[in-house]
Amino acid sequence: MHSNRYILIYSTVMVVLVATFLTLVAIGLKPKQDYNRRVEKMQNILAAVHVNTTTQNAEDLFKRYIVDQYVINENNEKQTHINAFELNIEKESKKPREKRLLPIFVSKIENEGTKYILPVFGKGLWGPIWGYVALNEDKNTIYGVFFDHKGETPGLGAEISTLEFQHQFKGKKIFDKNGDFISVKTIKGGANNDDIHGVDAISGGTITSNGLTQMLHDDLKLYERFLKSKN
Amino acid sequence: MEHLFNIFIKSIFIENMIFAFFLGMCSYLAVSKTVKTSMGLGIAVIFVLIITAPLNYLLNTYVLKEGALAWLDTAYAEIDLSYLSFIVFIATIAAMVQLVEMIVEKFSPSLYNALGIFLPLIAVNCAILGTSLFMQERNYSSIAEVIAFALGSGVGWWLAIVSLAAIREKMRYSDVPKPLKGLGITFILTGLMAIAFMSFMGIHL
Amino acid sequence: MENKESIFSPKIIKTFLGPLNQNNPISVQVLGICSALAVTVQLKPALVMALSVTIVTGFASLIISLLRNTIPSRIRIIVQLVVIATLVIIVDQLLKAYVYDVSKKLSVFVGLIITNCIIMGRLEAFALGNKPWPSFVDGIANGFGYGIILVIVGFVRELFGSGKIMGLSVIPQSFYQMGYENNGLMILPPMALIIIGIVIWIHRSWNKSLIEK
Repeated sequence: MHSNRYILIYSTVMVVLVATFLTLVAIGLKPKQDYNRRVEKMQNILAAVHVNTTTQNAEDLFKRYIVDQYVINENNEKQTHINAFELNIEKESKKPREKRLLPIFVSKIENEGTKYILPVFGKGLWGPIWGYVALNEDKNTIYGVFFDHKGETPGLGAEISTLEFQHQFKGKKIFDKNGDFISVKTIKGGANNDDIHGVDAISGGTITSNGLTQMLHDDLKLYERFLKSKN
Repeated sequence: MEHLFNIFIKSIFIENMIFAFFLGMCSYLAVSKTVKTSMGLGIAVIFVLIITAPLNYLLNTYVLKEGALAWLDTAYAEIDLSYLSFIVFIATIAAMVQLVEMIVEKFSPSLYNALGIFLPLIAVNCAILGTSLFMQERNYSSIAEVIAFALGSGVGWWLAIVSLAAIREKMRYSDVPKPLKGLGITFILTGLMAIAFMSFMGIHL
Repeated sequence: MENKESIFSPKIIKTFLGPLNQNNPISVQVLGICSALAVTVQLKPALVMALSVTIVTGFASLIISLLRNTIPSRIRIIVQLVVIATLVIIVDQLLKAYVYDVSKKLSVFVGLIITNCIIMGRLEAFALGNKPWPSFVDGIANGFGYGIILVIVGFVRELFGSGKIMGLSVIPQSFYQMGYENNGLMILPPMALIIIGIVIWIHRSWNKSLIEK
């Protein structure tokens, strides 16, 4: 039988050893993990403007295609002291809307002109969903979108991250003829061919589809002043 | 309030620990032979969950999370200890289970007789650690939400094990193919129950 | 340490082969189903999960076996949990650094390896009473036995659920034109359980000694 003293010393030594060891491992691997996260974000942003990337070339392509990035607030005032890329959208989404910082990425694609890429963040059925919406120079027509999710049902809600679903968004408009904000909606049972504000919802993925509609509406609305401004 | 109720119902029926995530399967399969014992284990799980999940939530918010140590001193705002969360969570759970066992033994021998033998099993029940990990990943914003979630997960687990035990008691009279007897049929049963539970999916309160 | 001859002695080989068939951790010992089934929708995460579990089981057995004479029996469980949790954190950090896309899919399930009953079960039943080398082999073998089931389930679900293997389409387009469709049910959680039930059925029809009375 071991004495209490032995048990105490044993556990103290064990805890100290384990903690030191884990801290070393964590510090050692952190740069690599942060790099992965940055590369993924670059790939996602570029996916919205239909630029295919691999983990190897993402950084170069990002430098080539994303010509400007800045942060505004709801009143379309530039916030010069903040780096758009480093901004955490999930944290921003929890703030009241008048305090939110809104990043914008400006992209130039050969023969296609300037694109504005806006991040969106919302809720699906099981957890968060997020994405990027790229608009043409008119700040109205959608050029491309990218959506991803944390854990929507595979085969159902998870379909929002497929190209088939995302391709539907190209050419849709977020303002109507009178210049009023409409956003783009997912329509259960399928959108009409001439509907410029609607895409087909995912059958069997109603809650994810509704969450996506809500996310696009709420988050694009934040940019309304910017989108209506001429420059 | 409505919001909390929503979390509670969702974690019982839609995100059921067993049917949607397969957590706590080991004890679920081993102990579900009779309704009486599974009742005891189910209640013990609920009990431990509503103690450990809020405790781990506090640890996560005030110690582990990135910037969580800012309340000590602004100089610590940059520290991110979340890589230690697995070990902290499991240590909390193991310690709490031990503590609960000792307290129950001392103050309520009758309750100890009913729950006692299950408590050691619970320290390594995935549903308990799973609840803490989901709590961390889903970023619940208040302790009330975490309690609602923990209670719902526990009740969901209890519901699953008691209903499986009830079915297994009836199964004794059925003619199951020999190689499928025992474990095999239990898996298939759980699968069928999970399909039934999927009909709750999409409920939104 | 062990002498050279015993490294591949018949006993060691038996220790290694047991968990693969006669003593399979999932289909016979009923251990460790918890943390893993949710990751078998596709083959790749299932493979990574199987590998992670094998590594953790192997090294946890090795470390506990090395320490077995110093561990005070009263805090035995906590010591085991600390060793397992440490290994799991290392695996988790490595996954995040080197296979980032898979680590996102595995999310909390990597953490749940800690409460995987196989690991604790093997530590209690084998590593605490045996020398380091056999313990290591026992741990690795149980990890493999567990991995086989995961891979089978992952393979079936990905093939029939999305028509792919390791993310590559394998079912020819002409099948779809003839009216073949992917089985959406395969992707949903309940099918994992039913497939394991069927695996057990086949395993036990083939190895009659395992049939329960």
